[in-house]
Amino acid sequence: MSKEQVEKKVNRSPIETGCPDAFQYMHPLMRKNYGQWAYHEDPRPGVLKHVAHSGDAIWTIKAGTQRILDVITLNLLCDIGDKYADGYVRFTIRSNIEYMVDQESKVGPLIVELEKNGFVVGGTKNSVAMIAHTQGWLHCDIPGTDAAGVVKAMMDEVIDEFKGWNMPNRVHMTTSCCQINCGGQGDIAINVQYTKPPKINHDLVSNVCERPSVVARCPVAAIRPAMVNGKPSLEVDEKKCICCGACYPPCPPMQINDAEHTKLSVWVGGNHSNARGKPTFQKLVAAGIPNNPPRWPEATAIVKKILRAYRDDAKDWERISDWVERIGWPRFFELTGLPFTKFHINNWKGARNSLNASTHIRF
Amino acid sequence: MADKHITPMLDELENGPWPSFISGIKRLRDQHSDSRVSGVANSLLGQLEHSYETRKGYWKGGTVSVFGYGSGIIPRFSEVGDAFPESREFHTLRVQPPAGNFYTTDMLRQLGKSWEKHGSGLQTFHGQTGNIMFIGASTENTQHFFDEINEYGWDLGGAGPCVRTGMCCVGAARCEQANIDGIKIHRTLLNNFTDDIHRPALPYKFKFKVSGCPNDCVNSIERADFAIIGTWKDDMKVNQDEVKDFVEKKGRKYLIDNVITRCPTNCLSLKDDDTLEVDNRNCVKCMHCLNVMPKALSPGDDKGATILMGGKRTLKVGDLMGTVIVPFMKLDTEEDYEKLTELAEETIDFWAENGLEHERCGEMIERIGLVNFLDGIGLEVDPNMVADPTTSSYVRMDGWDDEAEKWFKDKLQSVEA
Ligand code: SF4
Ligand code: SF4
Repeated sequence: MSKEQVEKKVNRSPIETGCPDAFQYMHPLMRKNYGQWAYHEDPRPGVLKHVAHSGDAIWTIKAGTQRILDVITLNLLCDIGDKYADGYVRFTIRSNIEYMVDQESKVGPLIVELEKNGFVVGGTKNSVAMIAHTQGWLHCDIPGTDAAGVVKAMMDEVIDEFKGWNMPNRVHMTTSCCQINCGGQGDIAINVQYTKPPKINHDLVSNVCERPSVVARCPVAAIRPAMVNGKPSLEVDEKKCICCGACYPPCPPMQINDAEHTKLSVWVGGNHSNARGKPTFQKLVAAGIPNNPPRWPEATAIVKKILRAYRDDAKDWERISDWVERIGWPRFFELTGLPFTKFHINNWKGARNSLNASTHIRF
Repeated sequence: MADKHITPMLDELENGPWPSFISGIKRLRDQHSDSRVSGVANSLLGQLEHSYETRKGYWKGGTVSVFGYGSGIIPRFSEVGDAFPESREFHTLRVQPPAGNFYTTDMLRQLGKSWEKHGSGLQTFHGQTGNIMFIGASTENTQHFFDEINEYGWDLGGAGPCVRTGMCCVGAARCEQANIDGIKIHRTLLNNFTDDIHRPALPYKFKFKVSGCPNDCVNSIERADFAIIGTWKDDMKVNQDEVKDFVEKKGRKYLIDNVITRCPTNCLSLKDDDTLEVDNRNCVKCMHCLNVMPKALSPGDDKGATILMGGKRTLKVGDLMGTVIVPFMKLDTEEDYEKLTELAEETIDFWAENGLEHERCGEMIERIGLVNFLDGIGLEVDPNMVADPTTSSYVRMDGWDDEAEKWFKDKLQSVEA
């Protein structure tokens, strides 16, 4: 190879195509009836039937997977798609796989094959959906826990709620493995909650951290530059520190994770939809839950308690946020048996908006 | 492959009925024909078991990119690489999916093949931002994998302070509630900012998300700096025969308890002949009644989008919802699309100039106030932007007459138009 060729090979310029065209990967019936759908029905859990104005119908079969897919499993999902469906799939934002077929007769055999291979058909309508999750110990650089493991352990326990229609309305759950909460809002969210200020590895700070930007990152101005052992480092006012971990990503020596003091917390009532009420953020209901691998039984027990209370007490179509709004927080804590503590009272900016400024009290 | 790592804790995650990612990684270790892939899987399992035992993560970031780009790779170097050398470098490539996440099985296989050739053979459809996550490649192979898939039509997404990969719902492809062409909107916007995706130069991340209707299936109000949500302006469509059918099947009480009394603005009533009456002027398009009765009720014909800006999660001032910035805009013609793209450009430009380092667009709006933000992007105030007018009298109000006059003039203009 000439020198020029070598250089060309090393420095291949990217083709900046960006987001690819979706229509080339879309089931022909979806292409044909694009924007022309009339209504849908729910023939059974995990299956949707959409009917277009043209009279065409398409069936969607939704299945939960392990989300972190190995290529052998991915090929298996493709084999099933080729043999029992029409070779077209899509993924939902909660990482379920959806197969689309043009005939009702294909639905049954596809479900049998998916279930035979260990996939779980469900997740539609008023079910507990697949838990959205982040990367955790498997792959994140700042995780307090393992998201994929928490989710696997929990889905094992709520699988019947995924497969059935037993809930008043759909339940979206999310997990996050640090307090940045990449997992987003959920009807129920299981998130990491740190309980101790970062332990600073002073030997490393001056090498790896841009000190002013770490200082600026702290939401409560608890960090200041300091000389420690004759070297430029940082110090934290531990009384001020809210143990949020915001300083940790830009400065890994601010070690916030701790085998014992990193805990889990549970939040409820996040709802992204505008249906009935406006979208809502999730609220803290339980904390101090041990971060207990490999199966996190304490966190799952609390989630199941909440699901049970919601299932038994909410009305049809009420999301968890709607339900709590109707019954009030005191009753929520009563029905779930969870303790109400001083930590539930908001202390952040705009906190007084979340206090009860009325005589509306249910006795 | 080195000796198989013993993983008693991870083995516990092979129990139970839900599909196990641990079993999947073990399949790569035990069944994959390429010894590099099985070695990486073994090493990864070893490190993960170590995390489970010690309750700590062992990855650190760094700088890795492909030639010509400054983003799209999430670098991961192991802090315990001596014990688990085969997965010492374990970078993720974020690849942009087609809008709506559609694939043929052929394309999935092809991607899988390229990935097992160069990477770990582990992937996720999709990460929280919306990228395909190809998890685990060495620094060198990151480039090889990208080169290969880039040749057949795939490009990297964003990472760091840049425009991020977008997200849209299934929308018009398969949903009767879709009011806009989400796939086109997603692709038009994202591909207008390709440079800002690949070369991070903004204060922080910027996310576009598109939902076909106010059910907002992609959580855009809560998570996107720029949310485009389909809606309609005219009367919803009522198929009275289907309403009657619904009453017959489910009963009058069910309809009253689950539809009529649940409307947030009390604009539904069931008449004595079992037909439905809708006060469309007060309907806020919340979608509830359409969700319960999809056969009987459908969106109207005068469709378009509401744009909200400034949603984000916790870091650093706490969670913020998006705010209505454009109550309604049509998205039919190419000019409409140009207007949308221009608005996005204005917004990103203004924020790039005025946002502080690591400040999301919504945090900037919070800091400078909505009025200054609107000024900056050249939009007028609108009562749809607020839940309530101010409750504080501590506001300077000189210039009231001019503002009032402007309001009446604008109103007159829009009536004439
Ligand atoms: S943990 Fe949060 S509050 Fe504490 S020092 Fe770090 S950034 Fe500040
Ligand atoms: S869409 Fe919502 S606001 Fe409009 S009529 Fe139906 S329930 Fe009422």
